[in-house]
Amino acid sequence: MMKKFAAVFLVLMSVLSLSLTAFADETTTAATTTTTPAEEKDYSHLEGTTLYVYNWGEYISDGSEGSLNVLAAFKEKYGITVQYSMYDSNEDLYAKLAAGGTNYDVIIPSDYMIARLVAENMLEKIDFDNIPNYQYIADEHKSTYFDPKNEYSVPYTVGMVGIIYNTKVVDGTPDSWSLMWDEKYSGQILNFNNPRDAFSTAQFLLGQDANSEAPADWEAAFEKLKEQKPLIQNYVMDEVFNKMEKGEAAIAPYYAGDFLSMADNNPDLAFFYPKEGTNIFMDSMCIPKGAANKEAAELFINFMLEPEIAVANADYICYASPNTAVLESDDYELKGNEYLYPAEGDKPETQYFHALPKTTLDLMNSYWNELGIAGSSNTALYIALAGVAVVVIAAFVFAAVRKKKRA
Amino acid sequence: MKTKMSLPSKLYTAMILLFLYAPIGVLIAFSFNASNSTAVFEGFSFKWYGELFRDSMTLNALRNTLIIAVGSSVFATVLGTAAAVGINAYKSKPIKNSVMSVTNIPMMNPEIVTGISMMFLFVFIGRMLSVSNVLGFWTLLIAHITFNLPYVILNVLPKLRQTDVHLSEAAMDLGCTPAKAFFKVVLPAIMPGILSGLIMAFTLSLDDFIISHFVSGPASQTLPLRIYAMTKKRVTPDMYALSTLIFVTILLLLLLTNLSQTRADKKANKIVKIAK
Repeated sequence: MMKKFAAVFLVLMSVLSLSLTAFADETTTAATTTTTPAEEKDYSHLEGTTLYVYNWGEYISDGSEGSLNVLAAFKEKYGITVQYSMYDSNEDLYAKLAAGGTNYDVIIPSDYMIARLVAENMLEKIDFDNIPNYQYIADEHKSTYFDPKNEYSVPYTVGMVGIIYNTKVVDGTPDSWSLMWDEKYSGQILNFNNPRDAFSTAQFLLGQDANSEAPADWEAAFEKLKEQKPLIQNYVMDEVFNKMEKGEAAIAPYYAGDFLSMADNNPDLAFFYPKEGTNIFMDSMCIPKGAANKEAAELFINFMLEPEIAVANADYICYASPNTAVLESDDYELKGNEYLYPAEGDKPETQYFHALPKTTLDLMNSYWNELGIAGSSNTALYIALAGVAVVVIAAFVFAAVRKKKRA
Repeated sequence: MKTKMSLPSKLYTAMILLFLYAPIGVLIAFSFNASNSTAVFEGFSFKWYGELFRDSMTLNALRNTLIIAVGSSVFATVLGTAAAVGINAYKSKPIKNSVMSVTNIPMMNPEIVTGISMMFLFVFIGRMLSVSNVLGFWTLLIAHITFNLPYVILNVLPKLRQTDVHLSEAAMDLGCTPAKAFFKVVLPAIMPGILSGLIMAFTLSLDDFIISHFVSGPASQTLPLRIYAMTKKRVTPDMYALSTLIFVTILLLLLLTNLSQTRADKKANKIVKIAK
C-alpha cells in the first residue's frame, strides 16, 4: 500500500510539473510586437543565446491582466531567451553581485546604488551607439549625479514621494509635511519602516539636506521623529496598501505611482507633494562587470526603450516614465497624469538620496534603533511575557516539589 | 471510553483550530476576490486563477520549485536510507553516536549559516574551475539534498531499530542473496519511515527560502524567492490562488495517506482475525 502511494505521489508531481511546462510555453508565445524601427545592425548571431536579467519584483510588464509580455516579445523578435530573476532591495542586489558566482547581463538598481557600483568599479560602460532609442530619454533625466557623463546607466523609471491622505478624515487641502505631525490625526498616521525614508520626512520638514553629513542635522531630525512617534499608528512598508485602502489609517507618505493603485480601490484617497520638497528616485538599467552577453544586454536595453514596450511597462508599473515617446503616446493610459507628471508650476523641489558615508549611516541607524525603543508601546508586551514565564517556572517548580514529596 | 468534552475544552480546541486555520481561510477567501485589494472584498470571481495560469514567470518558478523538490527529496531519500542502514550496522556505540551527531548538525545549524557557507563553497569551487556563473540549478539541487538528508536519516533509523536483525538472516537462510534479502525483507519493513522522510524532505524543499536565496542563480528562481521579491510593491492576488491550490493539493495528499493507512490497518486486522 505504502509503495503504491509513493508511486502515485511521484507520478502526480511529475505530471504537475510537465503540465506546467506546457502552460508556460503556451503563454510565452502569445504576445507579438509590431514595432520595426530602423535597424542597421544585424543581430542574428545572437539568436539562441541567453540573457540574464535581474530586476525588482513586479517591475516589468509580464502579460498579466491583458498587458504585453515584454520578455516573450523580446524572444520572438531576436530569438534571445531571457532568464529573469528578481530582488526586493538594492542591498539584496549588491550582495548577490558582490558575492560572485553569478553572471547577470542587465540589472536595474536605484540612483544611490548605481553611484556605489560605479565607485566600486562594478559596472560596465554602456556602448550608446548600440542604443539609438536613448534619444527618447528626456534631457531632465540625463546627466544625473550618479552618472554625470551618461556612461553607465539608462533611466527606466522615476518617482517621487508624496503624502497620501483620506479626504474623509483630513480636512481641507494640506500641502506640507507638517500634516504628519498634526495631533488632530493622532493614531491615523503611518511612516516608512526603514530609517532612510523615515528620516527624510523629518529632514524635509526641517528644510535640511537629506544627504547631510552633519550629526547635528540628524539629531534634529531624530528629535522631530521622536516628537511624531506618539501620533504614529505604525511604521510600514507594503502594508501601507491595505491600511490606506481599508481606511485603517488616514495619512501615509508613499510613492505617487503606488497611490494610483491604492486610489483604484479606495476613491476617498488623495495625494499631494509637500511644498518643502521631497525625495526623487530613479531606477536605471545598467550592465554589471563581467556580463557574458553584453551585446544582447545593450540590445535588450534598447528594446526596453522602444515606445510600445516602454508604454506597456509604464502602464504596468505605474511609476513615471523618463521616456518622451511614452509621454506623447496616446496608448499610454496614464498620459499626463497630474500626480505622476505634475505641471511645471506644481513640481516640488526634489532631492536624490546619495550613498551616505559609513559614520553617518551608523549614526542614522543608532538613532533609528533608539526611536524604536523610545516609545513604550512594547512594555505591556514585555510585562505579559515575563508574567507568563514566571507562571510556567512556578508550575514546573510546583510539579517537581510535589513529585519529590510523593517519592 | 467515550467521554464528552467539557465546554472549556471545546472552546480551547476551537480557539487553537482558529489560530491555525484562520490565516489560510482568509487567504483562500481573498483568492476569489474580484479586485486586487486584500482589504476590500468586491465579489466572487475566478479571475486570479485565470491570471495565475497566464503568468509564465510564476509558472516557471513553480516548475523550478517542483523539479527541485521532487529531485532533491528522492535523491536525499535514497542517500539517507543507505546512510541510515550503514549507521545502524555499526557495532560500536560511540562511533554510531558520533556519526549520528555529525549528521544531525546540519539540522540544528541556523539556515543562514548553512546558506552562506554553501554559497562560499560553490563560488570558491567555481573560481577554481574558472566558471563565473556557478550558481544555478545544480547548486540549488545539491544544497537542497544536503539539508534534506538528516531528516530522512532521522525518520528511517528508528524503523530500522524496530526491525528484527534476524529477519534478513532468516531470509538468507531461505535462499536469498544479501541484496535480495534487503530489498524483499528489510526495505518493506522500514517503508513507512522512508515515506515519511520523503514527504518531509519534499515539503522542506518546497518552502525553503533562506538557503535557496544564497545558492540560486539567475536561471533557477524558485517560488518562495519570487514571492519574496514581490514585497516591494505588493504580492499579487494570483499568489493567493496559487497558495490555495497548493494547500488543497497537500490536503488531498494527506487524506489519501490517511485513507490508505486505515485501509491497510483494517486489512491487517482481518488477517489477524482469520489467523485466530
